[in-house]
Amino acid sequence: MTATAWAWLVLLFPLLGSIVIGLSFKVIPARVAGIVGTASIGLAFACGIAALISLLGESPDARHHASSLWDYASVAGLDIKLGIFVDPLSVFMVLVVTGVSTLIHLYSFGYMQSDEGYHRFFSYLNFFVFSMLLLVLAGNFVLLIVGWAFVGYASYALISFWYRRTTATKAGMKAFVINVVGDIGLVLAAFLIFRELGTFEYGEVFAKAPQVFHSNEWTVTAICLLLLVGAFAKSAQLPFHTWLPDAMEGPTPVSSLIHAATMVTAGVYLIARTHVLFVLAPTAADIAAFVGLATLLVAGTIAIAMTDLKRAIAYSTMSQIGYMIMGVSIGAYAQGLFHLMTHAFFKALLFMAAGSFISAMANRQDIDQMSGFWKAMRFTSVLFLIGGLALAAFPLTSGFFSKDSILAYAEARGGMYYWMAIGGYVGAFLTAIYTFRLVFRVLPGTPCPEAQHLIETGELYHGPAINPATEEAEDAEVGFPGAHHHIAEQSKPMAVAMAVLGFGALFAGLIQVPGVTDVLFGWLDPVFAGSPLSEVHPSVGAEWRGLAIGGLISILGIATAWLLWVARPELPALFRQRLRPVYLLAVNKWYFDEAIEFLIVRPALAIGRFADRSFERVVVDGLVSGTEEIVGGSGRLVRVVQSGFVRSYALLLIVGFAGLALYFLLSSS
Amino acid sequence: MEAVLFFAAALGALGGAVGVVVLRNPFYGVLALIVHLFSLAVLFLLLTAAFVAAAQVVVYAGAVMVLYVFVVAYIGGDTEPLGDSIPGQKFLAPLLGAALFVELSIAVLGSSLLALGTHGPNVNPGFGNPAAIGHLLLERFLLAFEASSILLLLAAVGAVVLAGRQGTPEAGQGAAGGSSKHSSEAPAERFEDPPAAPSPAGGGA
Amino acid sequence: MNIEWYIVLSSLLFALGAMGILVRRSPIVILLCLEIMLNAGNLALVAFSRMVGNQQGQVFAIVVMVVAACEVVVGLGLIVAIFRRKLPLDVDSLRELRG
Repeated sequence: MTATAWAWLVLLFPLLGSIVIGLSFKVIPARVAGIVGTASIGLAFACGIAALISLLGESPDARHHASSLWDYASVAGLDIKLGIFVDPLSVFMVLVVTGVSTLIHLYSFGYMQSDEGYHRFFSYLNFFVFSMLLLVLAGNFVLLIVGWAFVGYASYALISFWYRRTTATKAGMKAFVINVVGDIGLVLAAFLIFRELGTFEYGEVFAKAPQVFHSNEWTVTAICLLLLVGAFAKSAQLPFHTWLPDAMEGPTPVSSLIHAATMVTAGVYLIARTHVLFVLAPTAADIAAFVGLATLLVAGTIAIAMTDLKRAIAYSTMSQIGYMIMGVSIGAYAQGLFHLMTHAFFKALLFMAAGSFISAMANRQDIDQMSGFWKAMRFTSVLFLIGGLALAAFPLTSGFFSKDSILAYAEARGGMYYWMAIGGYVGAFLTAIYTFRLVFRVLPGTPCPEAQHLIETGELYHGPAINPATEEAEDAEVGFPGAHHHIAEQSKPMAVAMAVLGFGALFAGLIQVPGVTDVLFGWLDPVFAGSPLSEVHPSVGAEWRGLAIGGLISILGIATAWLLWVARPELPALFRQRLRPVYLLAVNKWYFDEAIEFLIVRPALAIGRFADRSFERVVVDGLVSGTEEIVGGSGRLVRVVQSGFVRSYALLLIVGFAGLALYFLLSSS
Repeated sequence: MEAVLFFAAALGALGGAVGVVVLRNPFYGVLALIVHLFSLAVLFLLLTAAFVAAAQVVVYAGAVMVLYVFVVAYIGGDTEPLGDSIPGQKFLAPLLGAALFVELSIAVLGSSLLALGTHGPNVNPGFGNPAAIGHLLLERFLLAFEASSILLLLAAVGAVVLAGRQGTPEAGQGAAGGSSKHSSEAPAERFEDPPAAPSPAGGGA
Repeated sequence: MNIEWYIVLSSLLFALGAMGILVRRSPIVILLCLEIMLNAGNLALVAFSRMVGNQQGQVFAIVVMVVAACEVVVGLGLIVAIFRRKLPLDVDSLRELRG
């Protein structure tokens, strides 16, 4: 079968899985739903491998195919097909998405087992994977937008999965609204592309763009900026990032799949896919790189102050995606995508381990209350440590090779980008610190009461059924997490998924050791070959130098964290006091939420109230009541005739007859 | 001879009609109508419509008027109030009547139907005979004949439903002047189910 | 007599009947006036039948008589029902269909 045929199957299986589970949820038992859901993604992964093999059988220059099922709209100059585009980039993304998703489905099989909404969860999760695959496989901008929007919806559905929790539904709405803002940017960009180039298909757009646009012309810059709006909203970069921490209200598998490995990387994929346009608009590319750098640093500072375990990991996601965005904006396409892959592994792993810890804590996420889990949950702790090491780019882990490849490229490009590389190393230092802050807070030390309970009785601690954020009471019906939780030590599927990811987090970097192996970059090369920026190659020596610096920084960061949170635990409090403004800035997330509330939400509400008072009440209500008055009034007028007097009716009858006869007499004479 | 009869009958008809309109007591009105009907029978005879004249006397003046007499006797001949509850009605009515008459007359007399000015064609002696009418009714107008018989049935059933009562036939007791509570209740219940009389709403179809 | 005399008489009777309906308030008298109008119509029918020379008008007049009889039956039944319910027999008081 051809690669495109496999690609259509890749799309088909998750969609089928979602529909089947969704329609039969009352009939099939929970385990079957879980198996169907996991199997459908597993099959999609298998088809992805088959597509990979099929592409490998062709020469590198011929590895791009477009295939369309039918014409969606072919009118008035528009020619939109329901088509996909299969090339090394899309196959790479398919493999990453389906691979990590299969493992997360397996994890959810165990983690969500006692949830009342089990079937719904798997249906939504399958639909999400379908949407994400549609996004990466789309062959034209219209289908890209369709996949983009579906992904936003799936994210909303899964964040507010425990729909009776008000915090969850609010978070879902926030995520959705900000995503829609990004959608607007994307749609406008598509309009502009169509206006300038007359087509939506990738192949034609990227072929025509260099001929139609001159460098830095305002149209192509506008297109790229609008694309960036979409990318930043989806990937939670400044200033569209405020939804991501709140999105942690969703169940942990959701956080690990959507908000670590797949959805938030859609922006990175977008920039990589449309790199031709960004090469033509260097200003926009630079803006993107700056935003990536800024996000990287800001998120890093916030993560150090966060006490909620999942939110801290969320900010680290934001920071790492800043790296990826920076990478693909400055031309380090393959490097950025390499980091995307390794990040998917170790971030998903971190979230899974965090989920295990949170289960042990009866669904509470505050690290101030966690300690000593090394003794209570050895397996989870080991894997959490592995994920942390990879995130901190400890030498020879996967994160080490990927993150530092981006920074090496930035250095090699020189000029302003050299300073971006410096910023990136500062960010790496921060990363190591906050990651190991989490590790050293949660793992060592005397076990907290919940961990003690687990050690002594072997059973999980049962806390009160309340929403940990607001202290509202909850019950065990559908729409709430319920009273039962699962940890990796007691659930085989969870353990297997985490183990596979741990393996990936440790060893996936070995496919791209500078000067030794060149699996990924060689694979992605044909996609980016046309870009002048891909000519920039740091020398092997420079790469190893970068790796050495990165490794050193990582170890320094880990040591600093050890100092602050194990050796001298009184130091953090001291820092908080001395650098109080800095601390406040970090803990309040740089006041972005408050700024948005002040600048956007309040004026919007005020406009709404004003419009209600002036337009709605006066014009619309006036029209409606006015019509009502007219009808009623005319009814009152006409009602006079209905006097109830039979004789007056007879009179009118005879008057009418006489009048008619008169008319006919006159007209005939 | 014929003219004399015509004018006499015409006067009788007009007098009866005027009497119905003018006389206050409904009983007298019924009697005036009987005079009117007889005069009309004479006019029918003048128009060689023997069977119709006979039917007029037997059915109309005979049966229908007897019905009227019974009902007026039952109800009593209370004279009606004189005041006009609808302003202008008493003034407009004669005007309209006159207008109607004038218009119809102009329509008839000014029409181009030349035959109106004649006595009509010469007809064979059997014109208007029961035999001739009977032939027509049973051959050409059979459907109308049957339909009118159904109509009669409907009217009879309708009348029974309207004015009758459930249960024991105590029709005699509820005579004029004090009806028992029973009799006024039953028709009230009957009113919930209107009979199969043609409803005026019907309208366009 | 020419036919037009009969027709004119018929229209006069018709107008009289119409006026009577408009003027009187007792339902019985209104029904009587209605009878006058119907009979005026019958007279016109029979006159025209004589003018044309066939008897179809007469058959029509007989059917009209049947219909009039039915209508009288139902009308009087209504009046009896009204009387039985102790309502005033006055068309102007029975105005509950007022809109």
